[in-house]
Amino acid sequence: MGELRLMKGNEAIAEAAIRAGCDGYFGYPITPQSEVLEYLMAEKPYETTGMVVLQAESEVAAINMLYGGAGTGKMVMTSSSSPGISLMQEGISYMAGTQLPALLVNIVRGGPGLGTIQPSQADYFQSVKGGGHGDYHIIVYAPASVQEMADFVKLGFDAAFKYRTPVMILSDGAIGQMMEKVYLDDPIPRRGDEEVITQCPWASTGRPMTREHNILTSLDLDPAGQERLNLRLQEKYREIEEKEVKFEMLDCEDAEYLLVAFGLSARICQKAMQLARDKGIKVGLFRPITLFPFPKKEIRKIGEKVKGMLVVEMNAGQMIEDVQLSVGCNIPIEHYGRFGGIIPTPDEVVRVLEEKIIGG
Amino acid sequence: MEEKFAHPELRTPENLVYKRTDLLVDCPLSYCPGCGHGVAHRMLMEVLEEKEIASKTIGISPVGCSVLAYDFLNIDMLGAAHGRAPALATAIKRLWPSRYVFTYQGDGDLAAIGTAETIHACNRGENFTIIFINNGIYGMTGGQMAPTTLPGMRSSTSPYGRDTDIMGYPLKITELIAQLPGTYYVTRQSVHTPAAVRKTKKALRKAFDCQDLGKGISFVEIVSNCNSGWKMTPVQSNKWMEENMFPYYPIGDIKVDGELIEKLK
Amino acid sequence: MAKIKGDIVVNIERCKGCEVCIAACPFMCIAMSEEVNSKGYLFAIKVNDDCTGCSNCALVCPDGVITVYRAKVTVE
Ligand SMILES: Cc1ncc(C[n+]2csc(CCOP(=O)(O)OP(=O)(O)O)c2C)c(N)n1
Ligand code: SF4
Ligand SMILES: [Mg+2]
Repeated sequence: MGELRLMKGNEAIAEAAIRAGCDGYFGYPITPQSEVLEYLMAEKPYETTGMVVLQAESEVAAINMLYGGAGTGKMVMTSSSSPGISLMQEGISYMAGTQLPALLVNIVRGGPGLGTIQPSQADYFQSVKGGGHGDYHIIVYAPASVQEMADFVKLGFDAAFKYRTPVMILSDGAIGQMMEKVYLDDPIPRRGDEEVITQCPWASTGRPMTREHNILTSLDLDPAGQERLNLRLQEKYREIEEKEVKFEMLDCEDAEYLLVAFGLSARICQKAMQLARDKGIKVGLFRPITLFPFPKKEIRKIGEKVKGMLVVEMNAGQMIEDVQLSVGCNIPIEHYGRFGGIIPTPDEVVRVLEEKIIGG
Repeated sequence: MEEKFAHPELRTPENLVYKRTDLLVDCPLSYCPGCGHGVAHRMLMEVLEEKEIASKTIGISPVGCSVLAYDFLNIDMLGAAHGRAPALATAIKRLWPSRYVFTYQGDGDLAAIGTAETIHACNRGENFTIIFINNGIYGMTGGQMAPTTLPGMRSSTSPYGRDTDIMGYPLKITELIAQLPGTYYVTRQSVHTPAAVRKTKKALRKAFDCQDLGKGISFVEIVSNCNSGWKMTPVQSNKWMEENMFPYYPIGDIKVDGELIEKLK
Repeated sequence: MAKIKGDIVVNIERCKGCEVCIAACPFMCIAMSEEVNSKGYLFAIKVNDDCTGCSNCALVCPDGVITVYRAKVTVE
């Protein structure tokens, strides 16, 4: 049945988490995402579903709370914004190495450093290329609406448990703060302890004397063992690239030119596309929804049909590297970006498209 | 080899008075000869055995010499990042209130890199047990100065002795966390003599009993030797510990049933 | 006359020769071997008959290599 509500993106994430049967949220306040924790504290799911909600003393503590909770098979999540996510990187690397499922939300703000509280997409590299130390990836979803903020919570948890990996929702301050109508699914009850134990035989839940003790660690002092772990991880990432790619294509059938953008930038490009089509420019939009796995094959295919691509990002040119790697260099691929919390306008996008790609 | 003073006739199950608990995995421990970590492990497992809670216990090992504790303790374990064990334990105990949860941490882990996690877990009154092995040095990484290194004490990063003017003072973190309302039982013990070992076991027992009450952190510091880091024989190091560590880190209860022991008030 | 008599069994291969047990034994029952185990450590051996099975050695042994037995025996 579900329910239709008008909500902020950040609130939608919080509400979707309760409804997805999330067991625990651990987080530390930071603009522009504090509404997630605030909403949860106001809703008090610990009195209804039994979900634990805790304000940690830092993002370092929060991510390690996640690591602990995830290691016991529970469905745990955190949310933060750029500087906080930077602090979490050691923990994310540990969770990737230990193969633990968890949901991370990054409501990106401009950087580097303390930067700004305004929206940005400058954490693309950090999110999709590993972020912390070691060879690993996490699955990254980039929502472009409040509806997707809500939907990707359940989707994210499912993928996290399917592949035993951290999953990130990479959004930004604008989508976190904007209000839109959102359709919320009916709540799914939290799993009971026994269900968790059956579903996650690998988890450290207390050792019944009928099995060996479970040890969750990323340490292997034997190089051969550590290499085996790395090979297992790489195999998992290849499987994820095979099966989990998500993207959206708009007006690409007859397109001569292509805009490529994720998240908020894709919304702006949608308007830019209309403006361009009004001028008679046949332009389509390719929106990667998963940033890792990146829709390499799909964008390569469309790259064979169009005359040029403009990659629009709120950063200095990050996703464009993946676009270039996927498409090759037969057609011009240019970047348009704004930084520091400035959101590009549709007019700017059309102008740059005309100057750099069509005219160029 | 012929055992000259052996009495095989005495070695019957009825006569057995002490053996290594089966809750320790049957493998060699990775610790240096004479290191207190091994005794602390054994007492911990004896307590879980006697309380019959091994199957309901989740342990967290640190980064430090005891990083591999999860290989030795035959219970479900997680290996935390350096200093973060109390954060893991916080989440685990809240998500699994029916389980007994403990962290096992060294002084670098607990009182340097993990100070914030330690203090805040204690201050929130989390309901798990912290076992703190204070050997005044970074054993694992080769004997560098720890937050607990004594004034004048040599280490590889204080080769002329800890100069408190430059390097600051040893941190009495246990006294510090005892001041917090979230701690319920705080004690300092050692494992270098039979009597001390018996007291440590009692303290550990009490610490796990505290989890039944749900009144806050139970914290057992064990002042221990690191003969390798201190560059002494194990027997010398135990003597040195009595003479030098104990005056600075006095043995005994610091807080019992939520009340500070008089002398600390 | 009844007397308490003890015996210890040392897991020689696991003993690291730290000598902590020697200091803990009230009856000086333990000393180090003259040969080494396969790891190259000297190991604890029982060197007299005065053991009462008090378990002190086993308690302080970091590697838990000592098993202790104790019985009441009659001596003439
Ligand atoms: C983030 C991080 N920093 C530094 C290290 C290196 N390191 C490993 S163990 C250790 C010190 C451990 O000392 P202590 O906690 O006192 O344990 P002990 O070995 O003495 O038992 C350090 C600095 C690390 N593993 N991770
Ligand atoms: S280095 Fe020190 S603390 Fe580490 S095992 Fe050796 S004696 Fe023990
Ligand atoms: Mg230490």
